[in-house]
This record gives sequence, structure tokens and C-alpha cells, in this order.
Amino acid sequence: MSQIPALIRVFAYLSILTVGGGMAAFPEMKVLTVEVHKWLTFPQLIHIYSVGQMAPGPNMMMIVVIGQWAGGVLGAVATLLAFFGPTALLAFVVAKAWRKLEKWPWRTSIQQGLAPVSIGLLLAGCFSMAKGAITGLETGTIAVATLLILLQYKINPALLVVGGAVVGLLSFLPK
Amino acid sequence: MSDAAANPALPAVDTTASSSTVSVWQIFLQFLIIGATSFGGVVPYLRDRLVTKTQWVDDKEFVEMLSISQSLPGLNATNMAVLVGEKLRGVTGAIAGLFGMCLPGAVLMFAVGIFYHLHGDHPWSTAALKGVAAAAVGLILSTVVGLSKKALSRKFDFVFMAATVLAVNRLHWSVPRALIIVGILAILFHRPKGHHEESEVTR
Repeated sequence: MSQIPALIRVFAYLSILTVGGGMAAFPEMKVLTVEVHKWLTFPQLIHIYSVGQMAPGPNMMMIVVIGQWAGGVLGAVATLLAFFGPTALLAFVVAKAWRKLEKWPWRTSIQQGLAPVSIGLLLAGCFSMAKGAITGLETGTIAVATLLILLQYKINPALLVVGGAVVGLLSFLPK
Repeated sequence: MSDAAANPALPAVDTTASSSTVSVWQIFLQFLIIGATSFGGVVPYLRDRLVTKTQWVDDKEFVEMLSISQSLPGLNATNMAVLVGEKLRGVTGAIAGLFGMCLPGAVLMFAVGIFYHLHGDHPWSTAALKGVAAAAVGLILSTVVGLSKKALSRKFDFVFMAATVLAVNRLHWSVPRALIIVGILAILFHRPKGHHEESEVTR
């Protein structure tokens, strides 16, 4: 139970780092949840993040699992509110102001300038995750194949993650 | 599925009139449906339901809201729920949209958490999870490629992108530090083509 204040602090902080996408917060999430608070291991973090990609809705719902493991039902609810509350409030407040600033020349500058940085943050998160997820030729092949298929064909990404599970079963199941 | 409010006689013309009569319950319900069905990325499902089915926002407004969602911290899914909910019914609308959007995925992942604790170290699970994690890496990379094509306006932007990656992964800067330092440099690089008279506009 005593983990709940820490859960709220950590996930409220991670919340505001999700510029461009949830993955942007991944490096920091790894440090805080795995190394500092030891709520789960790095492989577990990678697993639940990846499984979360198959779930509908916002693609960071895996945070619910961390909250649940660290603090039960209450922990899950606290994590959820802490993670989505601050950015929701910000969106609510900023949206109106942002619309009024339509003529402000720096508005476009901010949008164009933040784009490469937020994509860079996504990529950094991806590399940090790949360190744990890409462990050999097989996993490397799955990742590259997924990338190439998604770039080439219009296919639902969740299906490819399910496909990854099938390929994983076929190649890593002890005989 | 009898939604009298969102089904007026003249749907295309009168978006504002229909949106003022949308109930908070309708907002919750529509976002609940999006939250429960949007497998593999939420944006196409948002457009389908908000622009095509309910006509709560028109196409131009949708793109505008999406670009705001992407510039702000927070996920597109929840930011869009807040923006659209706010537009329709103010604070309560925003809260209804947010909860509807999050509820199905949260319940599902809660169940996943329990299941993982019980069976996560079963050889079948570890084998499948290895494949799932590898596929997820490929998925994120494809998002990076897609966003780069769409959102980067100049070649030099790749330098800012690489600098961010190096700062976080090699120099182990915290995400906010990288975001602020590289972000400010990138914004200055994209500064408005300066005419002197425009400096007045700034704050």
C-alpha cells in the first residue's frame, strides 16, 4: 500500500514526458520503475509494454499492470489517474489558447521544431527497449520483418504483434 | 444504436447545432466504443467515429485537433478524447471522453497483469512474449518512419532527431533535459522568417 504515493509521483512525472507518443517516456520509465523502485524487472517491462500494443485504446495501458503489481487495485487506479490526469488537464487548458494563437508566427516554429525532437525521443525509447528485446538473430528478424511489412502494406499492426507471438512460439519453445 | 441527437435531418451543414445537443452519456459511449475496438492504433478509429459516423467534428477540425494532440505531451488517444469532449460539452464532456477511451484497455490490461503473474514464466508464455516484444520493436520503428515522412519539414531535422537519440541513449540525459535543450535549438532553427515588425507580436 505504501507504494501508492510513489506510483503517483512516478507516473505523473512520466505523463508529461510522453511528447510525440508513449514510447518517449520509456527510457525514464525503465530507470524509475525497474532500477529505482524495483516494481518489476526489465524483461517484464518489455513484455507488458509489448502485450499492451495488442490492446485497444491508448497504447500505454500497460502502466495499469505496473500499478497493480506494486499496489493492487488501488495502485492500478492511482497509476491510471496519475498518468492520464496531468496531460488531460494540459490538453484541456492549452487547446483553447493554442487555437487563439493561430496567427502567432512562433506557433508553427514550435510545431516544426518539436517534431524532430519528439520523433528522436520515440527512437531513443525504441533503442532502449530493443536492447532487451532483440537478443539474437530470430528476434532481430521478427523486428525487421514487422517493420518492412508495415512499411510496405496497409495491415493492422496489432495483427503483426499477434504474428510475433506465433513466430515466438514456433522458434523459442523448448523441444 | 438509436442516437436521435446525432442524427439530424441536415447532417453536413449543422455541426454546431447537433454538437450542442450531444449528451455526456453519448460522449462516454462513443469513446467507450473507440476505446474497445481500436486495435493497432487509435487514429483511424477516431476519424471513422468522430468525423464519419457521429459528425461531431469536420475533417479540417479533426486534423487541427490531431496536430495539437501531437504537439502536446500525452497520448493522441487521450488528448483527442479531451479536445473533442471539451468541444461538445466542456469539462464534463472531456472527462466522459477520457474515461470512455481508457476504460476498456485498462480493464483488459488489468486482466493481463493477473494472467502474467500466474503464467508469465510458463515456457509457452516466455516463447510467445519474446516474439511479441521483437514485433513491438518493429512496430515502433515503423511509427518513427511514418512520422518522419509526415512531420519533418526540412532535411536538417534529422540532425535534431539524431541529437535527441544520442543525448538520451549515449549521454544518458534525462528526457526533459533532452527535450528542452534540443527542442529550443530546433524551435530557433524553425523560427519565423523574421520581418522586424513581427517581433511585436511575441508576448
